[in-house]
Amino acid sequence: MMRLPCFRFHAPRTVREAAELLASTPGAMLVAGGTDLLPNMKRRQQVPGTLVGLRRVAELRTITRGATLSGSPANDDELTIGAGVTLTELVRDGRIRQGYGALWQAAAQIATPHLRNMGTLGGNLCLDTRCNYYDQNYEWRKAIDFCMKKDGGTCWVATSSPTCLAVSSTDTAPALLALGARVTIVSADASRQLAVSDLYRNDGIHYLTKQPAEVLTAVHLPPLDGWRSTYWKLRRRGSFDFPVLSVAAAAKIRADGTVEAARIVLGAVASRPIEVPAAAAALAGRRITDELIATAATLAARPAKPMDNTDFTLLWRKRVTRDFVTYALRELRGDDVRELRHRVSRMLL
Amino acid sequence: MKIIGAPRRRVDGRAKVTGQTRFADDLMLPRMVHCKLLRSTIPHARVVRVDVSRALAHPGVHLVLTGRDFPVSYGILPVSQDEHALAIDRVRFVGDPVAAVVARDELTAFEALDLIDVEYEPLRTFSDPEESLACPEPRIHEYGDAGNIHKLVSLRFGDVDQAFADADRVFEDTFFYQGNTHLPIEQHAAVAARDPDGKLVLWSSTQTPHYVHRALAKALAMPAAHIRVIATPNGGGFGGKSDPFNHEVVVAKAALLLDRPVKICLTREEVFHCHRGRHPVLMQFKTGVKRDGTITGMHVMTLLDGGAYGSYGVASTFYTGALQTVTYHIPAYHFQGCRVFTNKPPCGPKRGHGTPQSRFGQEIQLDKIAEGLSIDPAELRLRIVEQPDTLTANYLRVGTIGLAECIRRVTHIADWANTFGKLPLGRGVGLACSSYLSGAGLAIYWNDMPHSGVQLKLDRSGGVTAFCGATEIGQGSDDVLVGCVAEVLGIEPIDIRAVTGDTDLTPVDLGSYSSRVTLMMGNAAIQAAERARDLLAGAVSRKLTVPKDRLVFADRRVFDAGDPAAGVSFAEAVCLAETMHGTIGTTGSYTPPRSAARFKGGGVGPSPTYSYSAAIVEVDVDVSSGWIHVPRVWIAHDIGRSLNPTLVRGQVEGSVYMAVGEALMEEQIFRRLPARLSHALVHKFPSMLEYKSPTTLDMPEVITELVENPDPRGPFGAKEVGQGPLLPVMPAVANAVYDAIGVRIDEVPITPEKILRALDAKAAGKAPRVGPARFPDISWPEPLDVPPPWKSGDGKAEVRSRKSEVGSERSEVVGTDAGARRLQPSGDRS
Ligand SMILES: Cc1cc2nc3c(=O)[nH]c(=O)nc-3n(C[C@H](O)[C@H](O)[C@H](O)COP(=O)(O)OP(=O)(O)OC[C@H]3O[C@@H](n4cnc5c(N)ncnc54)[C@H](O)[C@@H]3O)c2cc1C
Ligand code: SF4
Repeated sequence: MMRLPCFRFHAPRTVREAAELLASTPGAMLVAGGTDLLPNMKRRQQVPGTLVGLRRVAELRTITRGATLSGSPANDDELTIGAGVTLTELVRDGRIRQGYGALWQAAAQIATPHLRNMGTLGGNLCLDTRCNYYDQNYEWRKAIDFCMKKDGGTCWVATSSPTCLAVSSTDTAPALLALGARVTIVSADASRQLAVSDLYRNDGIHYLTKQPAEVLTAVHLPPLDGWRSTYWKLRRRGSFDFPVLSVAAAAKIRADGTVEAARIVLGAVASRPIEVPAAAAALAGRRITDELIATAATLAARPAKPMDNTDFTLLWRKRVTRDFVTYALRELRGDDVRELRHRVSRMLL
Repeated sequence: MKIIGAPRRRVDGRAKVTGQTRFADDLMLPRMVHCKLLRSTIPHARVVRVDVSRALAHPGVHLVLTGRDFPVSYGILPVSQDEHALAIDRVRFVGDPVAAVVARDELTAFEALDLIDVEYEPLRTFSDPEESLACPEPRIHEYGDAGNIHKLVSLRFGDVDQAFADADRVFEDTFFYQGNTHLPIEQHAAVAARDPDGKLVLWSSTQTPHYVHRALAKALAMPAAHIRVIATPNGGGFGGKSDPFNHEVVVAKAALLLDRPVKICLTREEVFHCHRGRHPVLMQFKTGVKRDGTITGMHVMTLLDGGAYGSYGVASTFYTGALQTVTYHIPAYHFQGCRVFTNKPPCGPKRGHGTPQSRFGQEIQLDKIAEGLSIDPAELRLRIVEQPDTLTANYLRVGTIGLAECIRRVTHIADWANTFGKLPLGRGVGLACSSYLSGAGLAIYWNDMPHSGVQLKLDRSGGVTAFCGATEIGQGSDDVLVGCVAEVLGIEPIDIRAVTGDTDLTPVDLGSYSSRVTLMMGNAAIQAAERARDLLAGAVSRKLTVPKDRLVFADRRVFDAGDPAAGVSFAEAVCLAETMHGTIGTTGSYTPPRSAARFKGGGVGPSPTYSYSAAIVEVDVDVSSGWIHVPRVWIAHDIGRSLNPTLVRGQVEGSVYMAVGEALMEEQIFRRLPARLSHALVHKFPSMLEYKSPTTLDMPEVITELVENPDPRGPFGAKEVGQGPLLPVMPAVANAVYDAIGVRIDEVPITPEKILRALDAKAAGKAPRVGPARFPDISWPEPLDVPPPWKSGDGKAEVRSRKSEVGSERSEVVGTDAGARRLQPSGDRS
């Protein structure tokens, strides 16, 4: 089997300790559930000399309403999820299932039950970007003389591209963007909050704005305030697979059916989640009719620029973006989409 | 019968579910060291220089081997001895092993691989069969029928041109079947060591210990008697562990040199490189029919992308044209097959070996014919089903045929009459049928010996040990062995120990391939058990003074049928027999019947009997996105008799599972980088994450019907079930898509992209189809003409084409007129 390279391991008990270890050890990386990082290390995509484990940091492992995590001020009625909460814990939490549909549906479709038992929300947000030329073992990458993202010079997806086009493949990030969530980031000497949207950059290599020595400690979900949300994920199979297109949508809909405000976000079509304000704006102040859905879906699909580095052909992924936006908007409108969901996701959500 | 036919927990079930089965990678021996292979990163190159000095100097490294340590070639077929354990002077695909490091642990060995310096001189790369056809130089191998063509075949049975002239309609279609791989959950692993006498032992996850034994003796130039191969229980094989592999030869050599146990466990990527999976096949079917559906003749052409080595490829080529005739009556038949070499991992046998590809084409074409003639597809097939106990145009002797019954049963349970052509747009059902061998009639190397042997040792305790070379690869062969013996001797499966797949301890069985084990080992086991029963009956008859033929063996007793109270326990019966005859041990063996085919190439296809299946698949297609969902599969299988229905149903469901993967998503495909920048040719995604195979959530509901009509050639009437039920599913999916949305996808996998492309074409008024446009020109050899039985043929080729038989050698089993040379069958059960 493939073996991990040798590394030093630290298991701090507090965020502060973890941040200090990161600050004082060049090249050190955080590991939470390890479901992304450890396979990458086996393939030598990352070879950190030191790992700082987060599993023993108790303060990262709670879900609280209105409470405050170390250094992260929180509003009274927002929901705060520690970065170390596992995806299984997240999926089992009734508050999330009932109130934050998009996040729940996104988390429930990540990987497999075993991986969700280990994988964390923080790890999911910081998940490495993905590409079929990069997510390969060392010998394979050697056979293509490596690529720009690791050990090589060329981007094989677009040989003239000056940047890496690896795909943002986190399921929770688009959902959290649609929900208007914020994150807290802590370093050895500071702490700050930012919108989830500001955590990302459209660059396959430097896809996070967070510095390597910063710890993502919590995710803050704003008060519900009448918002409804949903998440649709395209993947070949009903389990295991990363998204190769996803649509997160949230809307605040009045009793008479008019949309007060909306957010539509695409996942896995670029190196970061892509928000589509034009489509959301088209919905505002109107009732969600089939015609409006069609208009919004066309607008929403426009910025999708899939590349040939994931499963399915890029033209098809681009084309069905409209269909997936349509599914999401129909669900927000209140249509019964259970049968459709079962056909597309092979599970009931 | 008490054991046979009753659903039972398999004999190795407890060990498997409690994690006690010891797979090859579970073996840990004192002083064991670990091996890793350095594999080529260049698809086609001359190896100019391999410098291992830096790797040898690496701390913890014990040994580094290169091609020079393995001068002797080997290969599974006598006609394709084209592999070296490590490359001598040529690498032929990315993943071809070049050197091996043995070190104290895997990590050290892996690190040392990077210290080996290999200088390559790249050669032109062939990634596509048409390139190999067009360009004879540089040759990937120095042998083969021409340039980069490995094998060319042309067999003609009857006047096909006349048949087309006599037809009311002639249909011509091209199809493409993409390659895919086995994906056993267990990666190949092997451990080699010297035993205390200094002889070699190899434990390996192999389906064919006997063939590995022969290959090791050859490649290591050692007496076979000093080599012991033990097949560990395989965590799945599906054909992917039926060749002798580089890593087996390498660890064997390393263990001999170091006098320490050496282990290797392949990574998943390496398993993709070992491959030997489904050949990508481009094919053309031309079929003449009468208005009532009767077939007048058929002409089939196939082009196989063989990858970089021979493997079973010559047999695979023949198989693409062998079994068309055993399902439906085809009075005149012409088959042309061509296999080319390309710079990709070698293709070989995967479940259904060479036949699913052409079955896919045949069954879709039948659907088109049914539509063209306005006959219901089920009705059409019922009209043309081949008759039992027939000799086909290509001299395959079919036994019982449950195909019509399969069609009737499956259409009934799926409510075909009310669904086919009657579901709303987007939903559809499709039907297809198939057949498969119950064991290949010939071994892969020429010999007249039995194909399977069983030895029984009966103990005074009442326990029985059954020895057989058959290999448990998860299919349940140990259970069949034990079940047959238990039934004959009237004892319980738990009273019997199976010792299998060990070339030192067990009589030869050729291996777990071609669905041969149940039929061949089962018959051998019954013969051995009947001989033992006879010895016991003699002794008990004397003691009870009851005639032998009145004795019954049941419930662990031997008793008088007329007076069941009068009897002895089974253990006492053994004691009585041992007193009378001495130590009790018996043997049984099985040799398949003589084949009727006496022409070159007739060695592939014959089988003692054939299984039949019919499947109906339901699909749900979204016309906007092309998304396809398969909610249900109904399948009827002619099993002859099910020995253990639990296992039989498991095989049917497992086949459907694998088939759904092949139909909808699996592809062994490769990437080429822009030629001006790189000569890379790599497997697109050698991982279980990106090589898509269905998960349990993607698995349709399967409704299985077993058609039981015991075949006298099988043990207790049993036929095969391991491969046949896979075959009808892929074409049934394609036919169901047509029923649902009126477009033809004439290739697998049937993906949403292709469906949408076909729908677009339909909307634009073009042919509503996705599939290959044409079959390339190939310079076929003169056909070998063999008049079919009804044209007073005797199974031999016409003298006119004798010339092409000159090349046949005795060792070339795949291509010999085997039947004619077969001597007296030995040890056949009467
Ligand atoms: C087969 C397979 C299928 C998968 N399918 C999916 C899928 O469908 N969708 C999906 O989104 N993901 C998928 N994943 C990826 C992964 O399992 C999840 O994203 C998971 O949530 C990652 O969390 P983790 O805790 O295991 O991360 P880790 O592997 O521990 O870490 C991932 C990255 O995040 C960094 N990190 C972790 N925690 C923090 C923190 N608190 N602050 C700062 N940085 C941090 C690490 O340094 C590392 O770079 C899959 C993985 C596998 C192996
Ligand atoms: S997008 Fe280009 S640079 Fe980035 S990982 Fe893929 S091939 Fe490498």
